[in-house]
Amino acid sequence: MTAQELHDSLKTKFGDAIVEAKLDAPQPWIRVAEGRTQEIGFFLRDEPGFEFDYISCLSGVDYNDGRLGAIYHLYSTSQNHKIVLKAICTKEANRIQSVADVWGGALWHEREAFDLIGIVFDGHPDLRRILLPDDWEGHPLRKDYKVPEFYNGMKVPY
Amino acid sequence: MIESKLLPTEYVTKPGHIKTSTGKTLRTDEMIINMGPQHPSTHGVLRLEIVVDGEIVVDVIPHIGYLHRCFEKHAEAMTNYQQVIPYCDRMDYLASMNNDWGYALAVERMLKIEVPARVEYIRVIMAELQRIASHLIAVGTFGIDMGAFTPFLWAFRDREKILDLFEMTCGARLLYNYIWIGGVSHDLPSRFVEQAKEFCTYFRPKLVEFNNLLTYNEIFVKRTANVGVLPKDVALNYAVSGPTLRGSGMNFDLRKDDPYGVYDKFEWEVQVGKGEMGTLGDVWDRFIVKVREMEQSIKIVEQALAAIPEGNVQQAIPKRIRPDANEIYVRTESPRGELGFYIMSDGSSSPYRVKARGPAFVNLSVLPEISRGCMIADLVAIVGSMDIVLGEVDR
Amino acid sequence: MEQLLKFILGDNVLVYVLYCAPPLVFILLYALVTLYMEMKVAAHIQDRVAYMRTGWHGVLQPFADILKLIQKEDIIPTQADRALFILAPFLVFIGTYAGFAAVPFSPDYIGSNINLGVFYIVAASSIVVIGLLMSGWASNNKWSLLGAMRSAAQLVSYEIPTALTIVVVVMITGSLNLQEVIKAQEGGFFNWIIFGGAHAPLWQKIAMTPFTVTAFLILFTASLAEVNRTPFDLPEAESELVQGFNTEYSGMKFAVFYLAEYANMFLVSVVAVCLFLGGWQSPFGSAMSGPFWGIFWIVAKGMFFVFLQVWIRWTLPRLRVDQLMYTSWKVLTPFLFVCIFAVGLILVL
Repeated sequence: MTAQELHDSLKTKFGDAIVEAKLDAPQPWIRVAEGRTQEIGFFLRDEPGFEFDYISCLSGVDYNDGRLGAIYHLYSTSQNHKIVLKAICTKEANRIQSVADVWGGALWHEREAFDLIGIVFDGHPDLRRILLPDDWEGHPLRKDYKVPEFYNGMKVPY
Repeated sequence: MIESKLLPTEYVTKPGHIKTSTGKTLRTDEMIINMGPQHPSTHGVLRLEIVVDGEIVVDVIPHIGYLHRCFEKHAEAMTNYQQVIPYCDRMDYLASMNNDWGYALAVERMLKIEVPARVEYIRVIMAELQRIASHLIAVGTFGIDMGAFTPFLWAFRDREKILDLFEMTCGARLLYNYIWIGGVSHDLPSRFVEQAKEFCTYFRPKLVEFNNLLTYNEIFVKRTANVGVLPKDVALNYAVSGPTLRGSGMNFDLRKDDPYGVYDKFEWEVQVGKGEMGTLGDVWDRFIVKVREMEQSIKIVEQALAAIPEGNVQQAIPKRIRPDANEIYVRTESPRGELGFYIMSDGSSSPYRVKARGPAFVNLSVLPEISRGCMIADLVAIVGSMDIVLGEVDR
Repeated sequence: MEQLLKFILGDNVLVYVLYCAPPLVFILLYALVTLYMEMKVAAHIQDRVAYMRTGWHGVLQPFADILKLIQKEDIIPTQADRALFILAPFLVFIGTYAGFAAVPFSPDYIGSNINLGVFYIVAASSIVVIGLLMSGWASNNKWSLLGAMRSAAQLVSYEIPTALTIVVVVMITGSLNLQEVIKAQEGGFFNWIIFGGAHAPLWQKIAMTPFTVTAFLILFTASLAEVNRTPFDLPEAESELVQGFNTEYSGMKFAVFYLAEYANMFLVSVVAVCLFLGGWQSPFGSAMSGPFWGIFWIVAKGMFFVFLQVWIRWTLPRLRVDQLMYTSWKVLTPFLFVCIFAVGLILVL
């Protein structure tokens, strides 16, 4: 299926949950509403013809203009096609619906995005920090992150 | 004296109900055992919080992050895309060539650079030799986990020959900084092709010896067959890749299904587990996939050595890398699975966001699913069979 | 030997003390040799050389190891049970050393010529189980406890096959006294019990050999488990339990555990040799036999089986604990019942 066909089918099914798309980029992407990623995820995984059963990567991004985003790279092993989804939220309202129930591979990726960028995934079974210690403050990969002076009595910058 | 707020005091002082770190309350006959972070068999600093009932594992909660070295933040601070390559080496330190190639490929596709044919062949040779070296460590250390001390030393003896080849080319034995964006850092020295061919003829009988000692040994088979079965649909759902996925019977190898480099010019086969000694997708299948992949890698190396063209390896290395605002996700097959790099650029000469998708990170997330109900000894086998390297899990 | 000492020193307690000294001296010397042999055999199996610097090809290395262990700091964890912690390694050694009392090193030398002989050896080496459990418990460490419990289960289960092979031998020779058992094997290689014993006619020997050979192999396997050697070394499985029941021990106490393990290896080898392979009898009949040749033969045969144990350790992976139990109860023991029945039948007919 080409990206245009994918986009059209999604648009007919989900209407305005599909916010925008850039289909002429080398890797075409579709932006979805951040409150409905799970619904769209189930559709993409289970619908015959789509069958996106493999989530290659889920990255968190800080766009440096008050917005945070989660980028989903999906792949279908049976149909051999790929698609990129984006879900963008703001720093204040930093909630995106989790797709951990759809693809188990997203479990740890979402925890990492929460840990490093600070996006809260609604519906994730076990959302806690994964790479940093549990009581670390701040989200390091944000562009406005300041390294703390002390952590538990130890000086951080050396 | 450092005031530690980390240890929950209820573990230590209050008797009665104990909670795991995820909040689950234990029954009174269950016990929490901590395996790691320093432990002879967890292949790095991995902490496994195991809830056991006698000898049977009820739940296992992996804790990672002990080796987090902020690769992604460093990549954003570099002033040049080429400067990120030494950091890429250090992620999966047992398969540096493959890491370098993954990142370099991603940037090359973003900039639409064509590399010369000689560079492509050199990259394939190096990547496949690195795959053999990495698999040798994987199967050797797995043997030690099972109590067979000898195959480990045989594997390292053979790996020394590969490291000699690498040292001859780029001066380093473990972290090479060899595959650059647009080319490679040094051309092959004059003795390389001959010595590599000698290695190929030397290595094949050693693999046969290795199989006789360990792989088909009755005790080893009893320890690994029917243990840690990973069904194919669970594996795909959890985005498991590499030998772990192929051991479950899925014929999926990025070198054939999403080709890059010159892999399509060589004749070789993807090795898939067939459930020969037990259930399909058990630990033995994953092990035999690795051993057979080593044979296939030798085949590829021999074919590449015979067909390598001449050329200037450094002619396509760009002087200045300044891509326009773009983003790309490129995946390559590292010895552990699908190594992906998602690179976002904003038009300046330093990367805006580099996300490394480490295969070991994703493979480890399936551990709790497949190890409920096994014994502690089996848990060691399962962790060993997934071939994780903590540098890649934590980045 | 007793007569000789009495002649020199008169009828004195010192005579008996000196009479009991040889096994201890032997164990200490043998441990040094076996340490060296284990490391060198391991190295050559693994295609490398070990220990080339201390002395010619490393022969002084065991002394260096002992010196190192003696001068190490003796650490006892704060929460550990002090009395049990300190007592445990010595109990393990005592269990093994007590067994040496009934081992006939030569026609003239046996520490204690009791009629219970081999039964006493099996019983005394069960004290090792108490020692191991004590060390696991007293270490106040979950991993040590796991290792100790596994070890206790393993040792107790594998005593059964060991004891049953003794039944096979007793049926052939009619006595538990090890000197009697060895005397019943005189006359050379083909009169050893593994081929049916000296007092059996030829047809009996041919009929019995498969069963006695099986019984011997089972005895050897069970004794590997008694000593906690690979493939049965789960209690000290490095990869899982760091060092099992040994984890919290350092310095001299660790050295005592090690010494006890080597002594145990020799004890089970020499018992197997006495029961099945002729003890101090020379394989050539009357050539090269006598009191001093006897010592040579029994030590040589024992060392051969110790070498075999070392060889197996570096070749095979280890069994999981439930597979270990399965092997003992459902494989070795039924085979032994068949052997006992068959040997008994052949003897009666």
